[in-house]
Amino acid sequence: MLTPKWRSALARLREEQSGSGARAVLLGLVALVFWVGVFGIAYRVLRYFRGVEDIGNLIAAKVLGIILLAFLSILLLSNIITALSTFFLAKDLDLLVAAPISQSRLYAAKLMETVVHSSWMVALLALPIFTAYGIVYGGGFLFPVVALAAFVPYLILPAVVGTAFTLILVNIFPARRTRELLGLVATGALVVVLMILRFLRPERLAQPEGFKNLVDYLAVLRTPTSPFLPSEWTASIIMNWLLRVADPWPIAKLWLAAPLAGLLGALLHRRLYHLGFSKAQEGAERKLRRVIRGPVSGILSAVSPSKREFILKDLRLFFRDNTQWSQLILLAVLLLVYLFNIKSLPLHSGEQVPFRLITMISFLNLDLAGFVLAAVAARFVFPGISLEGRQMWLLRSSPLDPSAMLWSKYWIGTVPLLVLALMITVFTNWLLHASTFMMAVAVGTIVLYTLAASALALSFGAIYPQFGSENAAQIPTSFGGLVYMMSTLSLLTAIIMIEATPVMAYLRMDRYGGQLREILPELAASALLIIGICLTATFVPLRMALQRIEMMEW
Amino acid sequence: MIRLVHLTKRYGKFTAVDDIHLEVPSGELFGFLGPNGAGKTTTFRMIAGILRPTSGTVEIGGIDVAQRPLDAKSRLGFIPDRPFVYDKLTGGEFLRFAAALYGQQGPAVERRIDELLEVFELDRWKDELTESYSHGMRQKLIISGALVHRPEVIVVDEPMVGLDPKSARLLKDLFRQFVDRGGTVLMSTHTLEVAETMCDRIAIVHGGKIVAHGTMAQVQQQTSSEHLGLEELFLKLTGGLKEHQLDTILDN
Repeated sequence: MLTPKWRSALARLREEQSGSGARAVLLGLVALVFWVGVFGIAYRVLRYFRGVEDIGNLIAAKVLGIILLAFLSILLLSNIITALSTFFLAKDLDLLVAAPISQSRLYAAKLMETVVHSSWMVALLALPIFTAYGIVYGGGFLFPVVALAAFVPYLILPAVVGTAFTLILVNIFPARRTRELLGLVATGALVVVLMILRFLRPERLAQPEGFKNLVDYLAVLRTPTSPFLPSEWTASIIMNWLLRVADPWPIAKLWLAAPLAGLLGALLHRRLYHLGFSKAQEGAERKLRRVIRGPVSGILSAVSPSKREFILKDLRLFFRDNTQWSQLILLAVLLLVYLFNIKSLPLHSGEQVPFRLITMISFLNLDLAGFVLAAVAARFVFPGISLEGRQMWLLRSSPLDPSAMLWSKYWIGTVPLLVLALMITVFTNWLLHASTFMMAVAVGTIVLYTLAASALALSFGAIYPQFGSENAAQIPTSFGGLVYMMSTLSLLTAIIMIEATPVMAYLRMDRYGGQLREILPELAASALLIIGICLTATFVPLRMALQRIEMMEW
Repeated sequence: MIRLVHLTKRYGKFTAVDDIHLEVPSGELFGFLGPNGAGKTTTFRMIAGILRPTSGTVEIGGIDVAQRPLDAKSRLGFIPDRPFVYDKLTGGEFLRFAAALYGQQGPAVERRIDELLEVFELDRWKDELTESYSHGMRQKLIISGALVHRPEVIVVDEPMVGLDPKSARLLKDLFRQFVDRGGTVLMSTHTLEVAETMCDRIAIVHGGKIVAHGTMAQVQQQTSSEHLGLEELFLKLTGGLKEHQLDTILDN
């Protein structure tokens, strides 16, 4: 049952290899930089812990437990959502369910598929972390085997639980409804986790005065974070091996729990799957309630009918798809956390803060805002062309001008992005009490940069389209998404480097006294350069994207 | 009117459409027949401007699709073989969108949408999202979409798939009346009975080439098969039925 998947994956890999070598090199390089980065940080932190007498090892174990607990919650959510596709909505299910295959074999195959799809990213992230633990604590050549023995059942358990949860849900709601419900549940859960993590202000835990005495601190460290969860058992197995502690219990618990859970999962599957699968085939209802026409239509009255209906169509598709608009909630929370972080900076809490520091932070904040906007554009603007996918026959066989389609998509993405950019920039600079000069520089830059970032996102999305993908969130994770992010961040770096000159001149002027007009030549030169670069980064990619769309075949 | 001049499409070394030359005048319903993989859909997608020909030209109403694509496409109603529509639009919104792509809007379009939905018995579903439509309903919706802007030429790939007998009959009548009013229909179908009864002329395509074309009588004459019906003729021209293969499959 898994052979077609395996062979398809191999065929895709072969296609990638026979394609451009530059693509493989670039992807390999990014993966290497990521792994080396994660490993480097983990290695340094663990070396430091190891050097701390008495409590160093306790902290290392505690950290591992917390990391694995965080992974476990991600795995659980990911498995719940993945199981809905693999067990109920996948295209191969009609064939498999109609074939004389036993329920337990189907369960085992689909569970394995679910584990692979939902866990590969966590496994990739865990690899450099485990490697750092193994090297710092001298795990020896058998450590990879021990880590694997601890990690595999750790991955299986949330898959079994997630699958069972989905199975029960599908028996209650139709599958298409469940998918939307799960999207909302997952987003909500992530929002809550983010809010709790941030508003608890974990940075205070690093301050020793937060604890009354050492005994309290040690007590916290010694108490397991979650004694009944597999994350704790896995952490114990690894730390016991590294610290040479002979304790068979964690490994026994993990290796007993995984097969037992699998068995219970299979029994539940046998009992509920058939009914659930049948319910999953039921189409969605949907008498339409919301009507997006009146006000938006009024605003767009000056636009030609084809462009207007095109924009209305894109807005309808976005707001009627719960998996799409629900991500706006997540975005709003992330922004709130971002603003909270700026507000939490200890800048205006008593002492006079140097003007130089405020200006520098305001300038660096521009960089951070640019990064946030690049990521938002990747998620919401980049998939624009790919999402037309199978409906492209209608657009291409009609007299719709491809440039009208491209520009409609550009403005649908750019206008909200501009509003967001201005909100972030103005609000953060206001929180920072930045000078009028810095506010003007930041607003001007962010507007130009946003125009370019949105154009780059849409264009790279057209140049590297993912027409086969039905999941908008997955589209930016493609190679094209990576190239887009690298290009946009290069643009951001260039802007920051060019602007550093007038900002430094401004700081010098403030320090040694002087008038703003003295730095006008530097200011004008960099402004012109940035305008030139940003407009080029807006129009050239859009032109390339238009040519690409005109050459596209379906 | 549709004119295909030495139309060719190659994918690497594989030639999907090989030097097709064809003219379908106004007021004619033309059947394009051929086995799976013969190049019918590729030809139709080139006419609709979705695929670019490797060589040759396509004209719709005397306008070259490559030279003046927007003018040529504004005269065309294209109905593809698979009814992909936007799942999160209602039937009514889809038709309004389709009309707007041709620059049409306003009360006249709204009336036209209502008429089409009523004729195809989709009026009850006008405000339902198309994700809840059956295959046949989607097929009827894209047929309505191709008619909403009043085209001069209809290119339709396998129109009967998924339609119930009543809708199939409606479509036959609709195409007949459309050509009687001076329109042009180029239709591919595997249902030979439909081709035989509906089409004024037919072409049989095999391996990307037209192997016979004309009226039924002309095709019989061209192939020296005056006594054969369309089914036998089709099998004769496209490789026939290998009976020994059936034995291999069916014998225990």
